[in-house]
Amino acid sequence: MLARTSGSLGEAYGQALAELGERDPALVVLDSDLPGSARAGPFGQRFPERFLRIGVMEPTMMSIASGLALGGRTVFVSGFAVFVAGEAYGAVRLSVCYNRANVKIVATHAGLLVGGDGAPYQMLEDIALMRSLPGMTVVVPGDAPTTRAATFAVASFDGPAYLRLTRENLPIVTDGSFTLGRATRLREGSDLTVVAVGAMLARALDVAEELHQAGVEARVLDFASIKPADEKALIQAARDTGAILTMEEHNVLTGLGNLVASAISTTHPVPVRQVGVPDLFGESGNPWTLLDHYGLSQKRALDEAWELLKIRGKVS
Amino acid sequence: MSASGALPETVEQLSATARQIRQDVLRMTYRAGSGHLGGSLSTADLLVALVFHELRIDPGNPGWPDRDRLVLSKGHAAPALYSALARRGFLDAQVLPTLREEGSPLQGQVDHRTLPAVEASTGSSGQGLGMAVGMALDARLAKRPSRVYAVVGDGECRAGTTWEALMAGGQYALDNLVVLVDRNGRETDGGKENAPGIEPLAEKFRAFRYSTLEIDGHDFPAILGALGQARKTKGQPTAIIARTVLGQGVSFMENQPAWRERSPNREETERGLAELGGSL
Repeated sequence: MLARTSGSLGEAYGQALAELGERDPALVVLDSDLPGSARAGPFGQRFPERFLRIGVMEPTMMSIASGLALGGRTVFVSGFAVFVAGEAYGAVRLSVCYNRANVKIVATHAGLLVGGDGAPYQMLEDIALMRSLPGMTVVVPGDAPTTRAATFAVASFDGPAYLRLTRENLPIVTDGSFTLGRATRLREGSDLTVVAVGAMLARALDVAEELHQAGVEARVLDFASIKPADEKALIQAARDTGAILTMEEHNVLTGLGNLVASAISTTHPVPVRQVGVPDLFGESGNPWTLLDHYGLSQKRALDEAWELLKIRGKVS
Repeated sequence: MSASGALPETVEQLSATARQIRQDVLRMTYRAGSGHLGGSLSTADLLVALVFHELRIDPGNPGWPDRDRLVLSKGHAAPALYSALARRGFLDAQVLPTLREEGSPLQGQVDHRTLPAVEASTGSSGQGLGMAVGMALDARLAKRPSRVYAVVGDGECRAGTTWEALMAGGQYALDNLVVLVDRNGRETDGGKENAPGIEPLAEKFRAFRYSTLEIDGHDFPAILGALGQARKTKGQPTAIIARTVLGQGVSFMENQPAWRERSPNREETERGLAELGGSL
């Protein structure tokens, strides 16, 4: 693994939110949990009158957010992924999306990396749920700089958005030059493309580095902008490299891998292998060991990469 | 169905308007072949009191930021609201017969996307009430004089989200929020009697920190009196539990659970309209 500094996605979000609150005096933040957990604290300290601690009622928090937004405000709502995307799904669907309310949902604690609290708190289906909603924008940042950029990006348009964050600090692997609807090329290569989101982004770069040591050059795409999706970049990758490996900390049936395979299938189908959580619930454990245990290890991804290269006849 | 946009001020005028709206509801649901007739008739008087008397709204300036907001959380009573909005001048009455047709702005559940005069798209229990709480918070934060009125069904009072929203309204002491409960006592599958568990409703509202009034939801002086009292109440939201009759206004529909869902055939429509002083 490459040596890198790490950063907190939640803190990057909290800092960006406080700056947004400075710029937009109408911006309101709703939080379902303690500010320490959901990271909206800095905003709350600076603008207490615009920081509403709604408490543990995520479905109604979405409806309240919609009511606030329909008056013309930008409203940020933060809470645990399993509650804001799962528990509150019906309200996100009708109150927020169907009403086209300008509500930005920031989900902290997504995925297996929740660790100790286990399956009830390890949200692995939220990309699927949120991506299926008409009009919803979905962003899965892979590090703190992208989280910061994505927070500003979703605040810049009128409409609902879902930002999926990880509790664990993640290695800083981007310069934060995030654009909605655009995949970012983090590494050039023509033998294979690795498309990754969230905590798997740094692992994707590690896989590419290991392949490089073996004489194989992999392109790495940061696909943080899940919706709108950069289908052009995927088709280009299929054309240029002939094989795609996807990496995500999400149920593999309904997430990034699925999106990628579907996007290229009409225009330029090539073999796609998907590294993700099998169709299972998580469990308690050490966050990073859990990733390995559920098939998201660097070694597993590397094995899949070699399989793809064999299929394409690039190695024997 | 002609829209006058006039503002009747007397109880007699409100009663006459309510009769017109009940006629519209009958014609609309007959034509559509569906459309929650019974619950529309039970809510009609509350909506007339709000739209034609209480709300500070202006058909000539529907987007006026300081306007009062009406959120029909029981979104299935859409026919009654559409008729009231048309007769108050917020939409062309010509469109009323298109209820539930493909391409019509008159969706089966009240719809903000297709009809901006509707403040919020609702239909899932409790969500309209939550949105009303958000609107009341918005007005308070912006120091706007807007008041927010949420009309909820009693069936909704079983939903957890309703109580979440009520708790938030009480927690923030939203005295610009009024919750009107259309207490017709008939849930979709209930039929026989008031659904157990909802009562004692007034005690529940009081425990949630609402100034709570119980009235006859078809008695205009009582409705206007309660709304007036709500306007004067400071430091807490108001709940008005309006006892109503499913199918109110048409004798053979009153308190008949079948009319919650079904629509009238031609003969029933003509008979009902005759009772209301109208015709097809």
